[in-house]
Amino acid sequence: MAFIKEQTQIFIDIFAYLLPAVPTTILITVCAFILAVVLGLSVSLARLSRIRALRLLAKIYVDVLRGIPLLVQIFFIYFGLGRLLQLDRFTAGVLAVGICYSAFLAEIFRSGIGAIEKGQHEAALSLGMTRRQVLRHVILPQAARIIIPPSANEFIASLKDSSLVSIIGLRELTRAGREYYSQYFVDFQTWLVVGIIYLIMTLGLSRIVSLLEKKYRVHGYGVSH
Amino acid sequence: MLPAKSIITVRDAAKKFGKISALRGVNLSVWPGEVVVVVGPSGSGKSTMLRCLNALEKIDSGSIVIDGTPLDADNRHVHQVRTEVGMVFQSFNLFPHLTALENVALAPRLVRGKSSAEADSAARVLLAKVDLADKADAYPGQLSGGQQQRVAIARALAMTPKIMLFDEPTSALDPEMIGEVLAVMKKLAAEGMTMVVVTHEIGFAREVADRLLFFTEGNIVEEGPVDEVLDNPRHPRTISFLEKVL
Repeated sequence: MAFIKEQTQIFIDIFAYLLPAVPTTILITVCAFILAVVLGLSVSLARLSRIRALRLLAKIYVDVLRGIPLLVQIFFIYFGLGRLLQLDRFTAGVLAVGICYSAFLAEIFRSGIGAIEKGQHEAALSLGMTRRQVLRHVILPQAARIIIPPSANEFIASLKDSSLVSIIGLRELTRAGREYYSQYFVDFQTWLVVGIIYLIMTLGLSRIVSLLEKKYRVHGYGVSH
Repeated sequence: MLPAKSIITVRDAAKKFGKISALRGVNLSVWPGEVVVVVGPSGSGKSTMLRCLNALEKIDSGSIVIDGTPLDADNRHVHQVRTEVGMVFQSFNLFPHLTALENVALAPRLVRGKSSAEADSAARVLLAKVDLADKADAYPGQLSGGQQQRVAIARALAMTPKIMLFDEPTSALDPEMIGEVLAVMKKLAAEGMTMVVVTHEIGFAREVADRLLFFTEGNIVEEGPVDEVLDNPRHPRTISFLEKVL
């Protein structure tokens, strides 16, 4: 009985210690992902551009970033660029995760935009719309339905990968876990709780994503196509 | 009597896709109010020619002038022509994420700068004209092929074009739906709309068209009043084509 009571107390202590670090994890993820969406969209449009040099640059961007481990990118940005540009830990962490994920998102966006039939472009152009209007009102709203589910998966993946920025001393969830462990030496319980907190966040997000997907489904569209 | 000035003037238009010549020096004039039907075997370049008339394809050489505006490298000219020329596609190409009403009202709002209320009420009038007043809030996926094509016609008309281009508008339709689309097109012709129609519907051509062009191997090989071409074709390719179609 005393054992169970003791163990329960340990778990409660760990939770209480870790919870304040959760907002940091969420903040890193959200900021990084906003950056990734903006960069990713720009890069995907560059990849679909009529200008050859722009297409090539965008392809190099994607290939380079996808080919280097995120951990190495974090080191490079914090220790390499960070020294030069005086980046604090948070900024460096957000930049590293955001830039890395922008390459993955660029590919998702590109294939989503590319999946829209050529006839949609032509119909809109034939009505006198400018390229910008076609993109904004015809292509992107349709591509969004293709893009959102895999992008949401990337968001969840980036939440998990934000744990990697613990390595540069940014006090998010995983870092807090390491701190607790090095103070009290209860490794099994600490990492179990860290894992459970990540799991609650990722499963919660998956649930929200599937609800959003249902909500934005248009009648008779996306079923037959 | 036809007006003196043509609204579409094509001179020596040529176009290649890679090594294949799609157009080989086409010459064509269409007068305001005229209904021209273009027939010919598939791959003859007739759709390519139609698509060149609003710059969805660019010609390699020659010239195209639409209502006084040359289709050249100047993007403003291209834009000007596209706002005056409506196009209806074989595969409808309605915007699937928008309702029928939104499909029709979108371009007037974006391109002509109309208010939502203005564009919507004009769109309702046009949907009524194509007999789809009750489908304003339906999405394309909920409409039959014939209904979708009629919405597509309304969408093109919403820009109040001077010319309407039809690229095999009934080829993708089930037979029982062809009539309803042709009926709308006949109504348009009767109102005096200038129309260029690529189609295999010979019956429609006989009833509505002023002139018939026979296209083969990238050029017009025979043209004239519909009955004349259909009843007394002279070019051997026209004769053999019509034997198969009629």
